[in-house]
Amino acid sequence: MSPGNSPKKVYLLHAAVIAVLFALNFMLPEYHHGVLARVMVLAVFAMGYNILFGYSGLLSLGHAMFFSAGLYGAGLTVSHLGWGMAAGFAAGIASGALLALVIGVLALRTTGVAFMIVTMMFAQVFYLLTLYFAEWTRGDEGFVLAQQARRIDLGDLHFNLTDPATRYMAALALFSVVLLATLAIVRSAHGRVLVAIRENEERTRMLGYDTFANKLAAVVVSGVICAAAGAAYALLFGYVGSTFATVQYSILPLLWVLLGGAATTLGPLVGTLFMFYVVDITSGYTSAYLLIVGVALILLVLYFPKGILGTVRERWIKWLP
Amino acid sequence: MAAMTPLLTTRDLRKSYGGLRAVDGVDFAIVPGEIRAVIGPNGAGKTTFVSLICGRVPPTSGQIVFDGNDITDLPAHDRVRRGIAYTFQITSVFSNLTAYDNVALPVQRTLTDGRSKGRLHAGVMSALERTGLADRADTVAGALSYGHQRLLEVAMGLALRPRLLILDEPTQGLSDGEIEGFMQLVREIARDATVLLIEHNMQVVMGLADRITVMNTGKILAEGTPEQIRANAEVQRAYLGTEA
Repeated sequence: MSPGNSPKKVYLLHAAVIAVLFALNFMLPEYHHGVLARVMVLAVFAMGYNILFGYSGLLSLGHAMFFSAGLYGAGLTVSHLGWGMAAGFAAGIASGALLALVIGVLALRTTGVAFMIVTMMFAQVFYLLTLYFAEWTRGDEGFVLAQQARRIDLGDLHFNLTDPATRYMAALALFSVVLLATLAIVRSAHGRVLVAIRENEERTRMLGYDTFANKLAAVVVSGVICAAAGAAYALLFGYVGSTFATVQYSILPLLWVLLGGAATTLGPLVGTLFMFYVVDITSGYTSAYLLIVGVALILLVLYFPKGILGTVRERWIKWLP
Repeated sequence: MAAMTPLLTTRDLRKSYGGLRAVDGVDFAIVPGEIRAVIGPNGAGKTTFVSLICGRVPPTSGQIVFDGNDITDLPAHDRVRRGIAYTFQITSVFSNLTAYDNVALPVQRTLTDGRSKGRLHAGVMSALERTGLADRADTVAGALSYGHQRLLEVAMGLALRPRLLILDEPTQGLSDGEIEGFMQLVREIARDATVLLIEHNMQVVMGLADRITVMNTGKILAEGTPEQIRANAEVQRAYLGTEA
């Protein structure tokens, strides 16, 4: 963030990542093409989590509720109210924003371990609500969005989100927007304040910053990004179910971010991709794949304690944002 | 001086922790442009007293008036924005951030508040230059020497453009040479700010302060010019006794 940093290199790197992902659309075999579309959406989830955990230092164990708020906000309005894709997506984001604002005001009264427990508790409430209102959500079983509903018509342009290439490009578009937004936040004055709060909240307060307001803003931004991922997931993959509201989906983004490198803009993508393929490859060889995943994670913690990109930044490429 | 309107006044200010009266009915005033030292034995309530002023700790009772406004119930960050800056007794720079970023935080605050103008970079470099840290702008604060970290702490205070700068034991742990430079810096700061200094080093106190307030057991024991304090028998008994 100081003048010694090289903004040109940073922008080039991010543009290159987006360009590579774009090119892969035309090169990847079908299976990996589908995987990458999914990974990009989940990486958006991880990027949202990273804003709060990596940059602001707030460890939430309840982010499944923001992802699910987007998932259900989009899924329910499309399937029950017959809303279009764009309106459904907006509804998902709005649900996430509102939920994050309310949860933020309540949960930020606590810090540290209490914050983890309170966020986890609220997420559990959200999960139970998805079961309770099974009449509309169909609970565990979930529901599928009708194929014919997953279309966007813009004048003469017709997008069919069930088409793999369209789906991939939609995922990439969302990923790119969120990646660049994260980069902009991190390099902004507000990003510097978030990092300062993470490093030493009391000192930040004594520099004239309303740390509560700044943390609340971080919770809302994080919630909105995670909800956008959830909404996109519902619309692109056509399935909405309460599995996504379980505690597992609160732990996963934490794991992806830790693996890829907390407080790095590209870490969430790297972590999500890495985790997905470790599970994917090992489960092809043995039913005890979780054992191998465990060993891989231990090795990573030993040799890359700050996550893959976090360690790369520390040892080699200091200018990584 | 008596005719000037005080910049800061406290009236019957009290802070109790359980049965302990850390600050016990302090009436205090400081006029603009003054360098005031607060001295007293350990546990006299000095740090608690300035913590009440800057808002880190809420008072049990009493009133604090800054520049004519009652700020007793204002949160700390609002007081900072009004011009009360506090530098910590225990160095608490952001050790994982560069010196530049450490100072950028207070500078961008004053820019947002409209209390300073111009570009962030210029503001940061000016504060770093005044404290002699300009060539270390890109050094991570945690890698700076202790003396430089103390200076960085002051640079952050300066960058807030304070009207009242509270320095809590700023020379603790500095070498004699560094202390000399530090006193020079405080004199320079005092040209456009009021300085409230908690200090144990008598040479620094006598060399810098216009007036001295002596605290003991949460109360003000004496107040006056360095000469008056030096001559005060009560002060000698309570505090200077062992050193005089």
